[in-house]
Amino acid sequence: MREMIKAKAIELLENGTVNRVLGWKAGEFFYDLTPGIFTSREEIEETFEYSVFSAANLSKYLIAESRKEGKIAVFLKPCDSYSFQQLLKEHRIWRDRVYVVGIACDGMCSMDVIRDKGITGVTAVEEDGENLKLTTLYGDKTIAKADALLERCVHCKSRKVVVFDEMIGENGEEIPDSHRFDMVEKLEAMTPEERFAFWRGELSRCIRCNACRNVCPACSCEKCVFDNDKSGIAQKAAASDFEENNFHIIRAFHVASRCTDCGECSRVCPQNIPLHLLNRKFIRDINELYGEYQAGSDMDTKPPLMNFTTDDCEPSVVYERGGKV
Amino acid sequence: MKKVFAADIYKVFAKVSQKSKLYIPADDGVSQARFLPYMEGMTLTEKLNTGRSAKDLFFPQVENLLKFKVSGKQIEIVDQRDEVESFVIFGVRACDCRSFDILDNVFLYDEPADTFYKTRRANGLVITLACNAPEETCFCTAFGIDPADPAGDITAWKMADAFYFRGNTDKGNALLAELELVEADEEAAHQQQEAIRAIAEKLPFGKLDLTGFDKEHLMEKFKDPRWAELSESCLGCGTCTFVCPTCQCYDIREFNNGKEIQRFRCWDSCMYSDFTMMAHGTNRPTQKERFRQRFMHKLVYYPSNYGGVYGCVGCGRCLQKCPVHTNIVKVAKTLGGENK
Repeated sequence: MREMIKAKAIELLENGTVNRVLGWKAGEFFYDLTPGIFTSREEIEETFEYSVFSAANLSKYLIAESRKEGKIAVFLKPCDSYSFQQLLKEHRIWRDRVYVVGIACDGMCSMDVIRDKGITGVTAVEEDGENLKLTTLYGDKTIAKADALLERCVHCKSRKVVVFDEMIGENGEEIPDSHRFDMVEKLEAMTPEERFAFWRGELSRCIRCNACRNVCPACSCEKCVFDNDKSGIAQKAAASDFEENNFHIIRAFHVASRCTDCGECSRVCPQNIPLHLLNRKFIRDINELYGEYQAGSDMDTKPPLMNFTTDDCEPSVVYERGGKV
Repeated sequence: MKKVFAADIYKVFAKVSQKSKLYIPADDGVSQARFLPYMEGMTLTEKLNTGRSAKDLFFPQVENLLKFKVSGKQIEIVDQRDEVESFVIFGVRACDCRSFDILDNVFLYDEPADTFYKTRRANGLVITLACNAPEETCFCTAFGIDPADPAGDITAWKMADAFYFRGNTDKGNALLAELELVEADEEAAHQQQEAIRAIAEKLPFGKLDLTGFDKEHLMEKFKDPRWAELSESCLGCGTCTFVCPTCQCYDIREFNNGKEIQRFRCWDSCMYSDFTMMAHGTNRPTQKERFRQRFMHKLVYYPSNYGGVYGCVGCGRCLQKCPVHTNIVKVAKTLGGENK
C-alpha cells in the first residue's frame, strides 16, 4: 500500500496532473507522522510515509490549499472522504483544484492506545501482518494491530471512499453494525443527574487548547466566535464551570448534521475527553427525528438541520421524549 | 538518606497530608495521570509522568486576581488572593523540577516579582522522584538534567521494596525529620541511579544538538526560510503550550456579569491568533510567525535573556500530545546542529 501510494504521488506530479501532493511526512519515529506537502520526486522518496499511523485527516487542509495556484493531489481514507465531501457541499473546497486518490483502509493505530496498554519507550514499529513489532527501550514487544486501533476505527462506520478520482486498493462498504452508538445508548440510559455528572467530569478536564475545534473539518469558520473579542464570549480559559460546558456544547450544536463522525476531535484531545460522544448523540437523535442521515455521504441531500420540510418534528418533540418544563 | 518500605508509603502520605495539602501523581481514570490532592485510598500512578505538568500548582491556568462590586456610584474592590495555603507535591520528575527554575527567572528574579507565583513557590515543598523508566520522548539530558538525580527540596527514589529519600534543602530536611523515617544506606539509591543513567544513555534525543541556538545566531534563525515548511501543518491549537512546563505567557481578562466584574489571569498561547493583540493589530499575522515565536522563545530568546539557559526541559509532552506531531525536536533537528 505504502509503495503504491508513493508511486502514485510521484506519477501525478511528474505527469503534470498536479503541482503538489498532500500526504504524510515521516517523523522521528515510525508513529509520529505529520501532514505535509510534497513538490518533488526526491521529497516523496525520502520523506513521504503511509502506515497505520497515517491517522490525520487531510481534508481540512484543502480549504486553504485548493485556493492556491495549480492543482493538488490528496490521499483520502474512507472517513476522510466523508469530511472532504461535506466540505465540498459547503463550498469550502474548490473541487477542480483537487485530485483525490482514495485509499482503502483497515483502521489506524494510535501510540496513545499502545502506551495505555503499558508498552512504553517505543523507538521503532514494524508492521508485520496483523501485528505491530515494537522496538522499545525495554526490549522488543508485539501487539496485535486490532489492539492498537483508534476508537473510531474499532467502531468504523464505513470503509467506502465516497468521492475519488481514482482508488488505490479495493473500495469497501458501509458498516451498518459498527456499534458506534453503544456508548451513547449507555449515556441515554442514565438518569439526567448521572449523565450530568458524567459530562461534568469529562468536560472539567478541558484545558481549552482548541485542538478539537482546530482539527475539526466541520469547524471551518474563518474566525471562531470564541476567538473574536468583539463577540463578547471570547475566552482563553474557562472562567467558570458554565463556560467549560458552554464551549463544547455550542461547538457540538454548530457542527450537528454536518459532523461526519470522523473522530478527529477525540483523537487529538490531550485530555482524553470523549468528545465524539457528544457528536454521536446528535447524529443518533437526527437519525431518529429526521430519518437516517450520514453527513458527507453524497453531494445532493441537505443536512437535516440546514433544511426545512413540512414533516419535520416540532420543537415539542423534546417533551414527547421525556423533557420536563 | 531515609527509607520507607513500599507498603508504608501511604502511611507517610497520610501523615504529610494531615499537616498540609499533599499532591501526588495519580491516575485520573482516563489513561492519564495528574497531580491530585491525596486522600486515603488513592494510589500512585504507574505512568512515567502526568499529562499536565507540575507547573499548574505554582502557576495555575486560571487565577482570580480581584473582583469589583458595583453598587450605585460605589465600586468595592475585593481582594481574592487564595495562594496562601502551604502544600507538598510528591513525585515531581527531574524535568518538571527544572522548569521551576525557568519560571523563577521570569516570575521571581525579573523585577517586579510576581507575588502570586512567589507566594506559591514559598508555600510549596517539592519532593522529586527519579525516573525509573524514561520514555522515548524524554530528552531532559540534552539540557543537562539528570533523571536519576532530580533536584527539589527532597529527592526520592522508588525501588521494588522501598522508597529512599534525601533532603536537599532546610525545608526538605525539616519535613524528613518530622516524619521520623529510618536511616538507610546510600548504596541502594546509587545502584538505582546507575540503572536509570544506563537507560538515559539510550534515549534517542538525549544528545539533541542545539548548536547555533543562541544570541549570536538570533537573526539568522529568525529569518530561516524553513519556518514556512515546519509550520505548514500546525493547527494553531494551544496543546503544546498548555501541556508545557515552561510556557509562561498569560493574559489578564475580565468577566462581567453586570453586577460584578471578575478580573482573572489565564494562560495564553502564542499559537493563538489574538496573542499579544495590540491596538494596531498583531505582528504575527499567520501561523508561521506564531509557530516561530514559540520555538524562538524556547531556543533563542530565553537563552539570550537568561545566560544561555534554554526554555525547554525535554519532558516530551509536546512530542506525545501534538495532534500533528510537529514539535521542538523536529525544529531543532531541522534548524540546528549541523544544519545551522
